[in-house]
Amino acid sequence: MTTLPQGFHDWFAARGWTLHAHQRAMLDRADEPSTLLIAPTGGGKTLAGFLPSLAELATDPPPGLHTLYVSPLKALTADIKRNLRAPVEEMGLPILVEDRTGDTPATRKRRQRADPPHILLTTPESLALLISHEDAPRIFAGLQRVVVDEIHALAESRRGDQLMLALARLQALRPGLKRVGLSATVEDPAAIARLLARHPDPCAILLADPGPDPDIGMLECDALPPWSGGGAAYAIPAVLAQVKEHRTTLIFHNTRAQAEIFFHRLWLANDDALPIAIHHGSLDREQRKRVEAAMARGELRAIVCTGTLDLGIDWGDVDLIIQIGAPRNVKRLVQRIGRANHRYDAPSRALLVPANRFEVVECVAALEAVRERALDGEPRGPGPRDVLCQHILIAACSGPFAADALFDEVTTAGPYSGLTRNEFDDCLDFCATGGYALRRYDRWQRLMRRADGRWQLRDPRSARRIRMNIGTIQDTDTLKVRMRGRGGRPLGEIEEGFAAALSPGDTFLIGGQVVRYESLREMTVEVSRDPGRKPRIATFMGTKFATSTQLCARMLDIFAQPPWPQLPRHTASWLALQAEVSQLPQKGRLLVESFAHEGREHVCLYGFAGRNAQQTLGLLLTGRLEEMGLHPLGFVATDYATLIWGLDRLDDPAPLLEPAALRAGLEGWLAGNAVMKRTFRASATIAGLIERNLPGQRKSGRQATFSSDILYDTLVKYDPDHLMLQITREEARRGLVDFGRIEELLARVGNRIDHVRPGRVTPLAAPLFLEVGKVPVAGAAEERLLAQETDRLMRAAGLAKTGAA
Amino acid sequence: MNGHGFTLAGTRLVALGSGALWWPDRSLLCVSDLHLGKSERIARKGGAVLPPYDTRDTLNRLAADLARTAARIVVSLGDSFDDLGAAQALPEAERLWIARLQAGRRWVWIEGNHDPGPVEMGGTHLAELPLPPLTFRHIARTGASGEISGHYHPKVTVRAHRRSLTRPAFLVDRDRVILPAYGTYTGGLRSHDAALSGLMRAEAVAILTGAQPHVLPMPR
Repeated sequence: MTTLPQGFHDWFAARGWTLHAHQRAMLDRADEPSTLLIAPTGGGKTLAGFLPSLAELATDPPPGLHTLYVSPLKALTADIKRNLRAPVEEMGLPILVEDRTGDTPATRKRRQRADPPHILLTTPESLALLISHEDAPRIFAGLQRVVVDEIHALAESRRGDQLMLALARLQALRPGLKRVGLSATVEDPAAIARLLARHPDPCAILLADPGPDPDIGMLECDALPPWSGGGAAYAIPAVLAQVKEHRTTLIFHNTRAQAEIFFHRLWLANDDALPIAIHHGSLDREQRKRVEAAMARGELRAIVCTGTLDLGIDWGDVDLIIQIGAPRNVKRLVQRIGRANHRYDAPSRALLVPANRFEVVECVAALEAVRERALDGEPRGPGPRDVLCQHILIAACSGPFAADALFDEVTTAGPYSGLTRNEFDDCLDFCATGGYALRRYDRWQRLMRRADGRWQLRDPRSARRIRMNIGTIQDTDTLKVRMRGRGGRPLGEIEEGFAAALSPGDTFLIGGQVVRYESLREMTVEVSRDPGRKPRIATFMGTKFATSTQLCARMLDIFAQPPWPQLPRHTASWLALQAEVSQLPQKGRLLVESFAHEGREHVCLYGFAGRNAQQTLGLLLTGRLEEMGLHPLGFVATDYATLIWGLDRLDDPAPLLEPAALRAGLEGWLAGNAVMKRTFRASATIAGLIERNLPGQRKSGRQATFSSDILYDTLVKYDPDHLMLQITREEARRGLVDFGRIEELLARVGNRIDHVRPGRVTPLAAPLFLEVGKVPVAGAAEERLLAQETDRLMRAAGLAKTGAA
Repeated sequence: MNGHGFTLAGTRLVALGSGALWWPDRSLLCVSDLHLGKSERIARKGGAVLPPYDTRDTLNRLAADLARTAARIVVSLGDSFDDLGAAQALPEAERLWIARLQAGRRWVWIEGNHDPGPVEMGGTHLAELPLPPLTFRHIARTGASGEISGHYHPKVTVRAHRRSLTRPAFLVDRDRVILPAYGTYTGGLRSHDAALSGLMRAEAVAILTGAQPHVLPMPR
């Protein structure tokens, strides 16, 4: 237990503050090996995490690192540094606080290693880099505490896994190290506690008062939501009216592309020229900083944004949250709602805006869940081995290591506590030799075994290359966009794939402006202003979250409650018509409709398994149908259903959905799919097989680099059991392919498949015809497209008949 | 045989979907930029240890083209090896494999920038090979005609129905052909690049590799 020095009490009193109960409790528990604090935004969570350190450092601290603070955002470290300055300066505490991120100048980084501050604020990636240095034991020699902020956000990705491996390293250096985790409200605090604590140590969980229930509802609009799509353009006037009535509104979107379109439309209707800005991860950093600063000064009435504003930076006076599109996930919705009213005791106000009829039902389901405080979250499963491979390489950079000791160390990290020695040895072998069935790298091993049995880098120069590629964040390949002309203003980034599909003269939206593609110069897209034309929409990879299992289940529950008094009338009558013509999807059964429409056969499966799984289902089923000779032409998937068309008539869907056959499809047919290749690229990059950054590399040297798809294809062909392919399959199962949810669907449904032939397009199926993102069946279709397009181009150029010119 | 026929300097040539060029009248098969031993070189330099199957895959495809064409002459148009060290380090099995492919035919290694010197491998080593009216060399020269070269690894992106498909491609105009890279571990340079658009005439076409070669005006 740590007592708060009198000076702190005086400082609190002078500001009219009193300690919250959870802040006091954190002091009381200061000596416990690990503590997880769960508190809502605005609850003084960060100060609670730091109080024990500030108290211990208040009088005559010895030099050197005492407390390490890790947060998922660089911006958050800067923010915390500012916030800590107030107590430190005003109480005259002799405490040095510094941050260290990718933006910190190299000279300061070097100085920090030689002479670390008392409190160092950093990110998981910068910490991984720190422990890769040979002098890590000296840097961390006096470390007492580590504070992990926003741990709920880190827990959802590999960044958390990497951080916990780094903490295992620190704990080996400093066995008495104490861990503190700070988290927003989560569904399963025990899972976060297991992540945080040294395995198998216990971890105390402190729950702060969650505050009053949020004031949340649907946005009332005069216009009806459309049948499909995600734009919610119909709600623009109602959204503007809300912005006028509030001080500052955050308007959240699920994707960057939708945020861009909505922002563009909002300004077309913004007759009063209310100051409204846009903020998302693909905009230029300077532009984002300007928006953040304007917001902190209270100059903006609204910010159209994406997940980039999900996390903890204190944005001042937000008094309304608007969520455009169904929330997909109740936990994230609740965390977003917490962004309004950063006052502990006031309810947050939020409005949901469904973008289409299906989403109306999803929004109603989400409102129910928020009122019942029923959060959702899918358990993440064990830590991925690609991150472990990177950690082994990091360990090798810091000096020779013994395999036994490293294995004992990594299994103290929560996500890797179940790791077997065989799995570990496979990763070590991969790092050392590549782990190929063909043993080719005896001479050029990356790690070699020394006479004393320990492992070290064969070539010390490779340490630099490994350090340059530390981290688990997967950016897609993007190109910078700037205004044409000398010193043209940088606007942001677009995906390379989108850029490749642009021709000079094409227009697209970025940062709310319509710009015209002029040229590609040194890997930068140059554009000019062109407000007059209808823009194309840039694609941003970002994350497309699938609707959670809980929300899907709640939607099926709502379907089972006619005449649906809780739904708006337009939606209730839509469902009533569906019940008349066909039936409504039910829990524990699978509704399959088949019908002919415009000369083509269609099959619609209402799996309610989330977008990724329904997409995978589309790929697998069209593969199966092709095998069965039923000639599928294409499909489209939403979070709720998959619609397949073009096939010959399907009489019995049951054999199609045979679990064994679908699983075989996953191993075989799906192996060639782009989603698998993208998953492979991420894992291979993290594991160190693909180096994104090379010393002295010029970005334009594309001719020398080859696509990771080639590596994937080569492994599939010659070494199908290789570790990287095992990892790819594991990741695909839970990630973009989401086969886990298909398995869950099949288990839930068993043989209870309801096949209906209603003789017409049904009310629930109709919206799917309007969805974008239709996927033609690959292979034959692709060749046909190419043939048509190249013929057209040759004719247009007058070259149709000649061979060479 | 899947291929696209055209004429250069009055000579009938066929661009094969595999990325090889076939000259039927001379029974000559030309491939460029094999980059054999690339994975070995990257590991040797302290880089990643990539799947060591690239040489095997490249030779598999070359063997298939040779079986299909029964070519009497093979011209490897430079950068056949990723560096001279990679040529020396080629494992015995792959050396013997190349020797088997060479048996009974004339084989010419043209020098490339990656493999500027002779390698200890059967066949003839030449800086370039004139076979009038054609000339085979690694890097194209401005002003040349009837020229067959490689080096640039050209690739082409086609937009069709909001999708973009990228494939290695032959670039052809009335003076020259630039071959796509044949090696498994090779990337590409888009035809838009100044190096390529400056070299090729305005009316140049690109022939995409793949199951069925497609022809289109060279995108620039």
